[in-house]
Amino acid sequence: MTKGFSPVTFKLLTFSFLAFLLITANPTNVLASGGGDSDEEFDAAEMINHHILDSHEWHFFDGHYGTLFLPVILYDTEKGLTVFSSSNFYDEHHNVVAYNGYVYEHGHIVAEDGRMLLDFSITKNVAFLFLNAGLLLWIFLSVARGYKKRAGQAPKGVQSFFEPIIIFVRDEIVKPNIGPKYEKYLPYLLTLFFFIWFGNLLGLLPGAANLTGNIAVTIVLAFLTFLVTNFSGNKNYWKHIFNTPGVPGALKPIIVPVEIIGIFTKPFSLLVRLFVAITAGHIVILSLIALIFIFQSWAVGFGSTIIVTFINFIELLVATIQAYVFTMFSSLYIGLAIEEHHDDH
Amino acid sequence: MELLTPGIGLIFWQLLIFLIVFFILRSLAWKPIMGALKAREAMIGDSLKAAENAKEEMAQIKADNEYLLQEAREEREKMLSEALKTANDIKEEAKAETSKISEKMISDAKVTIENEKKAALAEVRTLVGELSLEIAEKILKEKLGDEKSQKALVDKFLKDVKVN
Repeated sequence: MTKGFSPVTFKLLTFSFLAFLLITANPTNVLASGGGDSDEEFDAAEMINHHILDSHEWHFFDGHYGTLFLPVILYDTEKGLTVFSSSNFYDEHHNVVAYNGYVYEHGHIVAEDGRMLLDFSITKNVAFLFLNAGLLLWIFLSVARGYKKRAGQAPKGVQSFFEPIIIFVRDEIVKPNIGPKYEKYLPYLLTLFFFIWFGNLLGLLPGAANLTGNIAVTIVLAFLTFLVTNFSGNKNYWKHIFNTPGVPGALKPIIVPVEIIGIFTKPFSLLVRLFVAITAGHIVILSLIALIFIFQSWAVGFGSTIIVTFINFIELLVATIQAYVFTMFSSLYIGLAIEEHHDDH
Repeated sequence: MELLTPGIGLIFWQLLIFLIVFFILRSLAWKPIMGALKAREAMIGDSLKAAENAKEEMAQIKADNEYLLQEAREEREKMLSEALKTANDIKEEAKAETSKISEKMISDAKVTIENEKKAALAEVRTLVGELSLEIAEKILKEKLGDEKSQKALVDKFLKDVKVN
């Protein structure tokens, strides 16, 4: 109690440690039971990549009905827009085949003759994005309805669950970082926070897509913050970049390019942080699960399950922290761009 | 490496969907929610202020009451003392009046008594005169009842007159 660990956590840690000892002490035994009976060699890297990367079908479980084939939307200069199901890339024996002059290789669709192709398909991540957006709309429209229904009264139900979080975002993230003009940016930052938070949490579900851990998603979010920051930047902000106060003229050729690079490194840090944090979490969990399939041992399965459960709890925390951090830094950048009085430093 | 290559499709959809979600939530969720929260915060602030005001008003009323009570008490005190004084004055005045009246009555009585006394004396004097006359008459009647004495007296008077 006094050591800062709760007894349950401590027991869990001890147990995990013992499980690890068991694995490492009996490597031959574990490996011996692992080989032979499966005709396909288990490839951990491929399994992990399959889970964290995007794909044109949503695989839930093995078998005939376990896979949802998503629509493929392609644009190329020759054929224009083409839409078809990704199931066309598979024949009845589940072998990958070419379709309509397009080839499906390593999760990518390319033209057989190698010409330029734009892929706007509803991939697993896009489908998951729709889900996330739908959930956001459904929840927050009903929260807003609660305020209309119970005007001037105490919040109830889903409304009372989200109200403290909305107030937290407003009072602890946005207000202190942006200052008195925070209200203009509040809708964007609230949407950002809940989009990332919901995306992170949904991504932890079994069979879910790695939406917020996809670099395309984080690029878009960081780009929006970049736009908001630089379009609301005032005279002070630009002066600070192109004519940094308090810097001797001789140093300006060095400082100004650094400041200009700084405009881009800020959103870049945002996109990399979210992408890395979420993807790394998924990789850790998947690696620990992969251990079970590599060793095919009861002991490893047991130990691994316990550790994965533990990591999952940490991931719940990370999901929230990353949403907080992304919103907090976005607010900070916007706040710096609209700051009126700039202390000389 | 594929992990680090953003797909153009996902970028497009993410941008589109995020913006749609943003615009819908901004007008249909964040605006009413923020408005309601602000209204509620304002209401709470107002209520607190009103309570504070009411408290102050209460204290003011209490002070007023205290003042009124004090004033009433003073008034009562004053009225009482005034009444007492008036009563005293009246008493004094009555006393003075009474003594004056009784004095006058006494003096009047004295005068009356004096007058009565004089009248009585005068009457007594008249009575004494009449009585004396009567007595004298009776004596005379007694003395001059027979002719001889009357003749003697007349003779006497005549003798006196003849002398003159």
